[in-house]
Amino acid sequence: MNCIIVDDEAAARVIVSQLCSKVPELDVVEEFDNAIEAIKFLNQHEVDIIFLDIHMPGFTGIDFVQTLKNPTKIVMTTSDTDFAIASYEYEAIVDYLVKPITPERFEKCIQKVKNSIAVRPQGGENVDPENTVGEDLYINIDRRLIKLKYNEILLIEAKGDYINIKTENKDYLVHTTLKKIHDKLPEEKFLQIHRSYIINFSKIIDIEDNSVLIEKSVVPISRSNRPELMRRLNLL
Amino acid sequence: MKEVPNLKYLDELAGNDEIFRKKFIGILKEEFPREVHQYVGNIKASCFKEASLDVHKIKHKINVLGLNGTHQLAVVHEAELRKGENFHHDEFMMALKGIESYLKTI
Repeated sequence: MNCIIVDDEAAARVIVSQLCSKVPELDVVEEFDNAIEAIKFLNQHEVDIIFLDIHMPGFTGIDFVQTLKNPTKIVMTTSDTDFAIASYEYEAIVDYLVKPITPERFEKCIQKVKNSIAVRPQGGENVDPENTVGEDLYINIDRRLIKLKYNEILLIEAKGDYINIKTENKDYLVHTTLKKIHDKLPEEKFLQIHRSYIINFSKIIDIEDNSVLIEKSVVPISRSNRPELMRRLNLL
Repeated sequence: MKEVPNLKYLDELAGNDEIFRKKFIGILKEEFPREVHQYVGNIKASCFKEASLDVHKIKHKINVLGLNGTHQLAVVHEAELRKGENFHHDEFMMALKGIESYLKTI
């Protein structure tokens, strides 16, 4: 699990960092003395946990929580107990640590975070499996969940650690694997025809020997996937 | 009886980690006077709301140094400053001076 620490007080940051260092599976990737810089970082990177101070000048911890769009786990840290109830109004907040944080209390907190991650639905990092039922799918791009209707998707192409989802209007680059999204897509609508391509079966325009035309895209068919494609075609 | 700061919390946190211990004390020595300076400035300017935020930050360090009585004073002082009242500045300053003197010894 990787985490960031957001606190305007250096002494507080160094304490949380020291506590994190005692947890082998926890990696502090960055520390911030203000919430704005942390938000900028989170626009580019994903983390599992955010240790967040409530009282910060300008942009408070609660303001920060309200701007977050993806389900990162947040642990609030503060010298006050007054904000505990308010903080639990936010689903992302899994715990509330009152400073100075003791090692025992920190251990309990980490266990709580682990438990909350464990009950999170399994699946792709950026494809919300809970939202794959029905006629649409949610993808996570730049911390925004974007709804895609199955019927809009033309094809999906593997691109290293990403996939490119080609729709009628736009392409979406998502950080996940082809396998993960394949597992979430309805089998009757989508078919993998190559190790790097999944196509929407209903969008096929024509098929040549080793390729499929989908809109303007020519998609290769691998030898091993060809029999399944042929089986699914309503051949005359 | 006057409270005496201690490093019990730091000892618990650091264990045998001398690097962390030194780093933390260094931060305390650097950050505490700066926060006190800011607090005094805000009190002088009658910016009580801003001063309450300074007290909030200082409060954490008071806690770290095991000063429970001073922490209670800080809680009251912070709440009053937030309301625009300043009844405990002198008492609070006395406690802060004590901490500053202690930090010079460690």
